[in-house]
Amino acid sequence: MYRILEAKELTSNIYYMVVEAKRVAKACQPGQFVIVRTDENSERIPLTICDYDREKGTITIVFQVVGAGTEVMAHLGEGDAFHDFVGPLGCPSDLVKEDVEDLKKKSILFVAGGVGTAPVYPQVKWLHERGIAADVIVGAKTKDLLILEKEMASVAGNLYVTTDDGSYGRSGMVTQTITDLVNEGKHYDVCIAIGPMIMMKFVCKLTKELNIPTVVSLNPIMVDGTGMCGACRVTVGGKVKFACVDGPEFDGHQVNFDEAMQRQQIYKTAEGRAFLAAKEGNTHHGGCGNCGGND
Amino acid sequence: MDVLKKVPVREQNAKERAENFEEVCLGYNKEEAMEEAARCINCKNAQCIKGCPVAINIPGFIEKVKEGDIEAAYQVISESSALPAVCGRVCPQESQCEGKCIRGIKGEPISIGKLERFVADWASENGIKPHGAEAKNGKKVAVIGSGPAGLTCAGDLAKLGYDVTIFEALHEAGGVLVYGIPEFRLPKTKVVAKEIENVKSLGVKIETNVVVGKSVTIDELMDEEGFDAVFIGSGAGLPKFMGIPGEQSNGVFSANEYLTRSNLMKAFDENGTTPIMRGKKVAVVGGGNVAMDAARTALRLGAEVHIVYRRSEEELPARVEEVHHAKEEGIIFDLLTNPVEILSDEKGWVTGIKCIRMELGEPDDSGRRRPVEVPGSEFTIDVDTVIMSLGTSPNPLISSTTEGLEVNKWKCIVADEEYGRTSKEGVYAGGDAVTGAATVILAMGAGKAGAKGIDEYLKNK
Repeated sequence: MYRILEAKELTSNIYYMVVEAKRVAKACQPGQFVIVRTDENSERIPLTICDYDREKGTITIVFQVVGAGTEVMAHLGEGDAFHDFVGPLGCPSDLVKEDVEDLKKKSILFVAGGVGTAPVYPQVKWLHERGIAADVIVGAKTKDLLILEKEMASVAGNLYVTTDDGSYGRSGMVTQTITDLVNEGKHYDVCIAIGPMIMMKFVCKLTKELNIPTVVSLNPIMVDGTGMCGACRVTVGGKVKFACVDGPEFDGHQVNFDEAMQRQQIYKTAEGRAFLAAKEGNTHHGGCGNCGGND
Repeated sequence: MDVLKKVPVREQNAKERAENFEEVCLGYNKEEAMEEAARCINCKNAQCIKGCPVAINIPGFIEKVKEGDIEAAYQVISESSALPAVCGRVCPQESQCEGKCIRGIKGEPISIGKLERFVADWASENGIKPHGAEAKNGKKVAVIGSGPAGLTCAGDLAKLGYDVTIFEALHEAGGVLVYGIPEFRLPKTKVVAKEIENVKSLGVKIETNVVVGKSVTIDELMDEEGFDAVFIGSGAGLPKFMGIPGEQSNGVFSANEYLTRSNLMKAFDENGTTPIMRGKKVAVVGGGNVAMDAARTALRLGAEVHIVYRRSEEELPARVEEVHHAKEEGIIFDLLTNPVEILSDEKGWVTGIKCIRMELGEPDDSGRRRPVEVPGSEFTIDVDTVIMSLGTSPNPLISSTTEGLEVNKWKCIVADEEYGRTSKEGVYAGGDAVTGAATVILAMGAGKAGAKGIDEYLKNK
């Protein structure tokens, strides 16, 4: 069992937890992820690593409730435990493999969208600890959904917050901020974009025009996360790759986002039903007219 | 009683079982087992033992069954095998022990597999455990993977007094026995979990949720955690796909994914929370045991199922018994048929599989006749789900993170057959990680070889 040492709701529907997982905390690097299970019948839920403390042997996770599995997770509190917590999975971010002196010469831009802010944080922090200040754009739908602003501000060079509805910071999508920064004369050698698939798609479209090499981190459907099932396959540069062993980071300009978004829909109906069942119990009998109920 | 014929084994009726996940074969009872055992002529130069990759003293245990002393029979088997209840169910006996049985020359061979299964189940029901080591020798061995190779290696080493820890990447021990082979062929709670308990009762520790190569490396296990030797039994790896158009469509799965969802994650069961696609019409591409398992799972989940295989029935790599069971249950075999494209609708969901007819030409490297396309014979099978069962290629997690571990051109770990020795001192390997996808019993044989190799190495160190 993997004890939860701290748990809180960051904002509506987004949760923060510090979990004891010694092996993961010892081995993990920015860019990697974990898979968790809440109980013996639970799904395997892949989550990005938001932070780690090697000495305390803890991993910080941040997640949004999107289905039955994460709904159950949201009800766990301090003192509870995960049944399973495995990792680190996937390859570390390319950044950590590069020579620090080379990195110092580069101008780096991070673009984080929604709960994607969580996996961006350890990368920016890792650079900060090595004396490298990266620019960070954090986008959220609205002010209430913004997370980790303070934490990010403490490790970023410049932090630009933007909300889709203009309720906080700049107004508009992250792509608007990228355009504005470039128009203001900023130059970037590399961009790392993590967020909803649709955001990454449009960031990549823009950075391709702007000629900024861009890395994205994909979160496709996964089962084992160790290269066994092939559920997480994505097409990158015309070749089939497994996000769990070849990724999760890929060259964003090579990723087939439309296909990746289509593949994310595979279990939507089943997941939607399970989510309603988890939230409301056995109340859903097809009255919505959309799904045919729990047959 | 006809001594030339096997005592028939009771099975669930084909129609009934096609709708449930209960075990197909019901096995012998004691009377039936003793009657079958009486057919064994106890050859002095027993060929069956030579056919067994773990060299069980087959006439020895059958002799005990004949006498009705099932506990003694169990101890004979467990001298050589850690997983008799598994092997009695999933070994390809027809090409191993039973294939060599002298009785088989004139008439049917002894039903060795069914007898082994009976003995193991009887022992389990009566709480009989294998004999462990009398004293520990204080040496630590790490075993990577809790599948058939790892469990066998761990069990053998524990019996010799070693302090063994198995590291398992998934949340449950058993490897392919829990994620790959379905419940109706190998019950998880009744059989697999009990066999694993038996291995643990020998003193073996199992740590789940450890992905060696990611959570910890082999070098760290040896240098920092004090393991004197390591056995790699990490199994097969990444599923293969055909590389045909449409393969990324929604509704195309690897057999590994489909079976893992159903078996390990219990998607077939109402308590399972992991979803699985319950297709109405399913095509399974491939002709091995894994293909049969995927097809029979899809059938039980309510689908009409087609096996699409490019050679003829004779070349089907699956066990005859599996093919026979699949046919009985109503699986449709589209043989000499090869997929060329997967068709989908505008939203990317599978609508059909376009195939081409094949005919057999000259024998290829494998000795089997090479299938060649019949020009202009394309046709479409309407399906909503396609399951690719084409084998696997090795997982790079361990080989890419272990300094000095040699792999061959197929990226399989290089290890000698007799002792499982790799190019790295103190590191042994066996099973699918070395050979590529094979059978449970061959992996067990390799686990045994690895245990022998590690014992020799540590005794002389």
